[in-house]
Parts: sequence; C-alpha cells; structure tokens
Amino acid sequence: MKVIKIDKKDWTGGIKKIQDSYRLFGPVKGEKFHDFKELGKGELPDLNFSNTRLSPKSIVYPQSEIMFEYSLDEKDSDHHIMKDAAKNYSPRAVLGIRPCDASAFLLVKRNFDTPEYRDPYWIRAYEATTFIGAACNNPCSTCFCTTAGSGPFNEEGLDILLSDAGDCWYAKAITEKGEKLLNAAGWSKAAAGGSLKKIESLKKEAEARISSSILTDQLKNKKTTELYEAPFWEDVSFACINCGTCTYLCPTCWCFDIQDENSGCSGVRMKNWDSCMFPLFTNHGTGHNPRGTKLHRVRQRFMHKLKYYVDKYDNGIQCVGCGRCIRSCPVNIDIRRVCDMMNSYDPKACACPVK
Amino acid sequence: MLNPYMPYPVSIDEIITETEDRNLKTFKFVFLNPGDEDKFSYRAGQFAELSVTGKGEIPIGIASSPTEKGFVKFTVNKVGLVSSYLHSMKVGDIMGIRGPLGNSYPWNTLEGKNVVIIGGGFAFTTLRSSIIFMLDPANRKKFKDINVIYGARTPGMLLYRDELAAWEKRDDINMHITVDAANDPDWKYNVGFVPAITEKKAPSADADTYAIICGPPVMIKFTQPVLDKLGYGHDQIIMSLENRMKCGIGMCGRCNIGKEFVCKDGPVFTLAQLNATPREY
Repeated sequence: MKVIKIDKKDWTGGIKKIQDSYRLFGPVKGEKFHDFKELGKGELPDLNFSNTRLSPKSIVYPQSEIMFEYSLDEKDSDHHIMKDAAKNYSPRAVLGIRPCDASAFLLVKRNFDTPEYRDPYWIRAYEATTFIGAACNNPCSTCFCTTAGSGPFNEEGLDILLSDAGDCWYAKAITEKGEKLLNAAGWSKAAAGGSLKKIESLKKEAEARISSSILTDQLKNKKTTELYEAPFWEDVSFACINCGTCTYLCPTCWCFDIQDENSGCSGVRMKNWDSCMFPLFTNHGTGHNPRGTKLHRVRQRFMHKLKYYVDKYDNGIQCVGCGRCIRSCPVNIDIRRVCDMMNSYDPKACACPVK
Repeated sequence: MLNPYMPYPVSIDEIITETEDRNLKTFKFVFLNPGDEDKFSYRAGQFAELSVTGKGEIPIGIASSPTEKGFVKFTVNKVGLVSSYLHSMKVGDIMGIRGPLGNSYPWNTLEGKNVVIIGGGFAFTTLRSSIIFMLDPANRKKFKDINVIYGARTPGMLLYRDELAAWEKRDDINMHITVDAANDPDWKYNVGFVPAITEKKAPSADADTYAIICGPPVMIKFTQPVLDKLGYGHDQIIMSLENRMKCGIGMCGRCNIGKEFVCKDGPVFTLAQLNATPREY
C-alpha cells in the first residue's frame, strides 16, 4: 500500500492542480456549521471540523435531480415524450469526507445497484467520484462508528485516506482511482518507512476515543413480526414530531419521490429526496394509509435500518454510526437506545401472566 | 445502462367506460416505436407505471393478457391527480408506459392445478388477464378446473360484462358472478357478498387447488376465514397487494411490507408469506 507524504506547504498547490481535471467538493464553514459544497477555483476545503451537519450524500445523489424533459406543445413533433436531461458525469472528487460517510455510500449502493435494476443517475455519479477521506482524530461524543461497521480510520468506500500527522498529511492510496488523483495533484513524495506504523497508532488513539457503542449481534435472530409488535414503539415514538430531520441528515437514507413539474408548455420529471416520516409518503389514493400514525412511521425508520436491511442483505445494519440524527433530533430520540432495545428484545419477558 | 425510469411512448387507441358510475375506464394503448411491444413482454399478474406526461405516474395492473397481441390494456379507477387527468384524455393522445413490473401470479406452480379465482369490485383487472391467458387454446390444457367467483355492488358495476357473459356460456370454466344487490328483474346470476358465494360455490381444498384472491380489504378480510374453513392451506391462497408506489423497481422505499417490496418482490404473495411480515398494506 503506497503512502504519500504531503507537506502542508504543498497542500494549496495540489488542490489547485486537482481542480484542473476534477470538479472538487469539500467541507466549507457557513455561519455556524460545516457543510460540503463544490469548491470554486482556488477555494480551499476547511478540514478544521469534526463532521458536517448534512451528510455528503448529495454529491452523488442530489436532493432534487432532473431525469427527463418533455414538451406539452402539440406543435412539437415529440410532444409528451420523455427525453433524457443533460448530465455532467465528468470526474469529481470529494476531499475531506469522513470514513463513516464514505462507507455509507457502499450501503446505499446495495439499493441502487441491484441484479435486476440499476439506477443510472446514482451509479454514474458514484462511479465518477473519487473519495478522499479525512481520518477522524477527534470523534464526537455521539459517534458510534466502530460498532456500526465503520470507524474513524475505516478505508472501505474510500480511494484515499488522509491522516493528519501534525506537520504533514499522510495520504494512503487505497484504489487506482486514488493513485490517479494523487498524481493529478502532483503529490508524489513517498512517506518514510514508519508512516504506516504512525497511521496505525493514530487510528488506535482515535478508536479509543469513541466512547459510545451499540450491540447488533441479535438483530438477525429476532422475528420480524415480534419486533414489529414490541410495546416499546409507543415509548420510542411518543415525542417524535415527524419533522424528518433524521432522514434528511442521514448518509444512508435514500428514499425518494418522483414528480413532474411544468412551466408553460414544457416540464421536467424529477427525483426528489423523500422521507418515511411523512404521512403522504405512503398515503393511498383512497385515503387509506398503511403507515397512518407516527408510531408506524418511527417504527418503519428503525425497523428498516436495523432489521429489514439486516435481513435483506445479510451485511450489517443500514447505519454507519455518524450520530447526526442523535445530534439534530429536536426531541432527543437516540438510535443507539432504540438499537439496544431491539437487540435485547424478548417478547416472553414482556408478556404479563394471564390469571 | 438501461434506464428503468424511462417509459415507452404509447398512444391511446381506444377508451371504454366500464361501469355505470363512469369511474372506471379501460384504456387500450399501442406502442409508438416498433420493437417496444416485444420489450414489454409480460405475465398475467404484473403491473406497469402509466406515465401521464406533466402529471406523473400511477401503478396499474395489466388487464390485457400476454396472449393478446398488438396492444396492452389497463382499467383505471378515477381517484387522484394522474388517474383523473387520464380519464379526461382522448383517443390519439400520447403518453408513456413503464414496465412490466412486479412478479406475476405463480404460473409455474399453478400449472396442472385447479384454479379458483376470487375477485371483487374493480380489482378484477389482472384476474381478467389471467382468465384470458388460461382459456387460450394453447394454455387451457395446462390447468384443471377453473372456477371464478366475481362480485360487484350492482350489475352495472361489474367490469368486462360482455366477456363475463361469454365465459358463462363455456363449459371449460365455472363462472359464479354475484352482486351485493340487484334491482334488475332479469338478473339471472347470484345475489350475495363474495365471501358467502365463495362458501357455497368454491371447491373444497385439496393439494392440487389454489385460490387467487384480489379485492377490497373488507372482501379479503371476510373471504379468508371461509377459505380456512374449506381447508385451504396458506401456501395455496395467493393474493395481489396494492400500495402507494413511485419507482416500481424496489428503490424509492415506500411500498415495503417488512423487507419485501410490494412493487418488486410482489405484488403477488401467498398468505403464508404475508403471515410472516408486517401488515402494512
């Protein structure tokens, strides 16, 4: 595994060079929070952050995306026929993504890239992207990535992992895509022999700082219908206001809506982020709603992430432990607590004796 | 990469108003591009997204049979934005069809078996597709007895009335048509709710008999105990579900019942499968 040493004085120059052949995205500080955006020419990412408020999922999967265009004007020969909208899938790179958020793309990929159907928008954007991760030296108190299948130095989903070694960056090229970007940046100075050891010790220190954890080992063995009927959903959902903040911020939430939007005699068909927290998400035309109460909707969110996904793909939970939903929930619903309730649920222990 | 969101362009070839309340119309579509009909190769029980340009898409069961060539047919109830607009469209108008989607009735399992079809109201569309398919001269010998119990509120609310009358006259299918109430003195078929007629007319269960149920929730709720009483195993009761859908390909996340997507893993499930999943439909 190739490790490159990037002296901090070479940082700015390299980023400028990357922008010659990539659209570059990185964290930028707004009024209060960091968020990912496309960097202008010469604009630098600000890596002095713990994590962004929103997940970087929109870099691959925009909140609103035009799929098709059409004309409603019967004078046009192709009126009412859908035509592909113009797309830009030129190489793009995201610099400073946290390892948890990068591994989230791998979980989401299972939904959009299936043996039967492939979502061309998500897949082409994902394939066009080079992921340059910034390892976390100082995780937050709400981070539980190490027990959610990821970690502060986790390499899955990344093309390059940057570790901050104080006076320099160590850049570990993980894939060919990553090597290509390092070349484009002109970062080519091989790190000295002890660099892998140094990265390993930074990793150990960071992992030791992750103070919260979840248990997921029993989720697969639980019966879906029993978990679904568990009495604790009443308690879990009681304070929820169905605001949808959790799903909006989540790097692994992928649900979407499809809408036509017209303007005069033409229009576009779009994919828009949607949320299982909203009653309209599942409302039938007749008015019947299979998830008609907030209990149904809160349960759907947790059951999807921690049970349905586990059973469907046999590849862990649909959560990377970034902690955003915990930090931003206005009523303090905590996925770690819900996960523990699900993982330890025993229907027999809850049953009252019948006299 | 094939784009599963792109509909095939079609034009409306014929519109038939099916019911006396004029809320159900059958639309016959022809494909605009040669070759698209072959790509839209389907099985009875599948559905498609009808794409009304500028309004959106709705998931509708395919009412025509794979044995009918040159067109596809859908019977649409007027309910929301897209279906209401569709009801105002005219012959010759251009729109789109995306599909076929979903799994279909389990034709491999049903081969060599007795098939009991139980339908109510306007949920008879994919059942019509199935009956036409089974009655096709090339297919009829693959199935044993075919019984059909089909009910609507009134005689004027039955779908495909000419075809029902023609099937009544055949000796290779047993029709049990019923209405909740009839004010027509010439009504010569059954009167009564579907569960009651099922109890009277459905063959009793054996290992070679399968029931397909499709209808409003209240009909299903009261028919299932009747089938239990007749001894049908839950692997032999086949149901087709509906849920709100957008993508139709198992990605957008709204139509799931547990880990199964009604759009992609269904819409057809056995009752045994449904017993193991949350009843969110």
